[in-house]
Amino acid sequence: MTTLSGSALQAKVLADRPPLRLLLAQRGLDGVTLLVLPAVLFIIALFVYPFLYGLVLSLEPKVGDWLANYRRFFSEPFLYDTIAKTMWLALPSTLVNILISVPVAMRVRLMRRQRLLTTILVLPITLGTVLIAEGLLNYLGPQGWLNRTLVLIGLVSSPVRLVHNYWGVFLSLVVSGFPFTFLLTLSYITGIDASLEQAASTLGANARARFWHIFLPLLAPGLAITFCLSFVQTFSVFPSAVLLGAPAGVTRVISIAAYQAAYEQYDYSMASAIAMIMGFAQLLVVVLVLAARGLFYRGPAGSAKG
Amino acid sequence: MIAAARKFRKLRLDQVSRDFGTHNALKDVSLEVGRGEFIALLGPSGCGKSTALNCLAGLLPLTAGGIWLDDERIDRLPPERRGFGMVFQNYALFPHMTVRKNIGFGLRMQGRPRTEIDQKVEDALALVHLTEQGAKLPGQLSGGQQQRVAIARAIVIEPPLVLMDEPLSNLDAKLRLEMRAEIRRIHNSVGSTTIYVTHDQDEALSLADRIVVLRNGMVRQVGTPGDLYGRPAHPDVAEFMGYRNLLRSRVTASGNGTATVQVGGATLSGVPLERLADGEAIVAIRPEDLTPRPGGPIAATVATTEYRGRDFYGTALTADRTELFFRSEQPVVPGETLYLGAEASRVLIYGSGSA
Repeated sequence: MTTLSGSALQAKVLADRPPLRLLLAQRGLDGVTLLVLPAVLFIIALFVYPFLYGLVLSLEPKVGDWLANYRRFFSEPFLYDTIAKTMWLALPSTLVNILISVPVAMRVRLMRRQRLLTTILVLPITLGTVLIAEGLLNYLGPQGWLNRTLVLIGLVSSPVRLVHNYWGVFLSLVVSGFPFTFLLTLSYITGIDASLEQAASTLGANARARFWHIFLPLLAPGLAITFCLSFVQTFSVFPSAVLLGAPAGVTRVISIAAYQAAYEQYDYSMASAIAMIMGFAQLLVVVLVLAARGLFYRGPAGSAKG
Repeated sequence: MIAAARKFRKLRLDQVSRDFGTHNALKDVSLEVGRGEFIALLGPSGCGKSTALNCLAGLLPLTAGGIWLDDERIDRLPPERRGFGMVFQNYALFPHMTVRKNIGFGLRMQGRPRTEIDQKVEDALALVHLTEQGAKLPGQLSGGQQQRVAIARAIVIEPPLVLMDEPLSNLDAKLRLEMRAEIRRIHNSVGSTTIYVTHDQDEALSLADRIVVLRNGMVRQVGTPGDLYGRPAHPDVAEFMGYRNLLRSRVTASGNGTATVQVGGATLSGVPLERLADGEAIVAIRPEDLTPRPGGPIAATVATTEYRGRDFYGTALTADRTELFFRSEQPVVPGETLYLGAEASRVLIYGSGSA
């Protein structure tokens, strides 16, 4: 072996160093990374820019200082009540949907003809809120078959009021939100290794104990995500609140307030402020739910390595 | 009350069958197991051994037949009321519970007092040498440790019957040998009855008091490891027990506990294991018993050889292209002609009807 002089050694070390391209590739940066660009542009154009535009717009009110819109919102009950009204619709309907989805999905997971039933259960997702609203108006209205039947069999003397109030909107949110909640829940439930349930049963756990000790803890993080996603959808309820509810009263949700500001008072700045407040209200709930999710085990729901 | 909470004398499978659609996974399997026995269910994949175990555990309903624990019929009880401990092939540890919680789960379901649960869990941890790992989650353990947690979880409820479904198949070779000894040690120290499913005849031979060989959902042979190794009742069983040479042959003479057959142009003496009609027969010889020797009757040309440390194993072809598996203490090279033979007591002869 020959000895290398200092400069030759340095040159050799430099030559031995992997090329920059390789170093970048090892960190996950290579030509393929460029494929992410369209998505980034898309997000900037459709999310970041409108958000920042709206934020700036909301801080430039027609009259008053830069916080005037926000101050107005939180000083007028007509406006700030919409948050509570929207929550009062979105939280219970999301919760009800999850409470229905879990038992249904627990049953469906055992069925061999899953696909047919799943298709039927998911069908409402294709209908759209307006069609659901029209359907419910017909079925649940004072002259709908539900009230006719109830009157006919003498259960009630006069038709029950189920539309143009809180319950109409609530029901339509449940109907339109169920497929989404159910599909997510089903995929979380089927993701739990069946042998875990079998192991629990050989250890003496009956169906109830298996649900509480095995399924629910493993399902909780998934249900939290499901809750967040469904909640965000229902929080922005608009068509059914107008068509099936009392848009001037109990179902005057926050999106109606934003709509009125924008297209009835032509106060885009105020509308933007309302949209911002709406976003932060959603964010608050989502953050709370995700924080609670952190209390649960979140690893894979298979049987460890297997 | 849980069926198995008391000591039993005998577990009895009575013509147990299980169909999946038109496929019979188990056909009329009958078996008696005494308390304290270690039984291995042995067979190739798809032979129905795991189905049998799941039927015993109550995870699969039977199509026909019954399972009895002494005088009590248990095959219609759900798994949670049978009280058998089961070790799953993938361990099925609860990923969200610590090792202690996993092991204590069965006791908790039985509603035992807290102090008793804690004590028994510690004892079980010590039994499987995992006291240090009690607070970890299963995901933080190695495969061998997970496997021991699974065993501890199954035996801590002191089940009269422990069911194990290929528990060693996910481990590497060295760990498998260690855990094999461990499983036998635990079986002896707990005094439980164990039914162990495996496709590995070494595992079955080394662990079990009795082996049940299954094939196509039917019991082919039940016997001690010695019985099965020395006198497999059927060519299928022989094949599984390492008799790699299964040769078609013609019976030329039989009687007095020996028989002579023609194989590949040579004449061999052997032990008939069935009544042989004149004519076709199947000869079974282990590769280790078929060696080159002076005056060996079978002339064959070496095709491949494999060095195994102490000796050489290889394949050779006879003049009529029959492939033979043999052993040689001397180095052999492909192309060489050998004169192979085996002791008459190591040559098993089956009637061709059992093929």
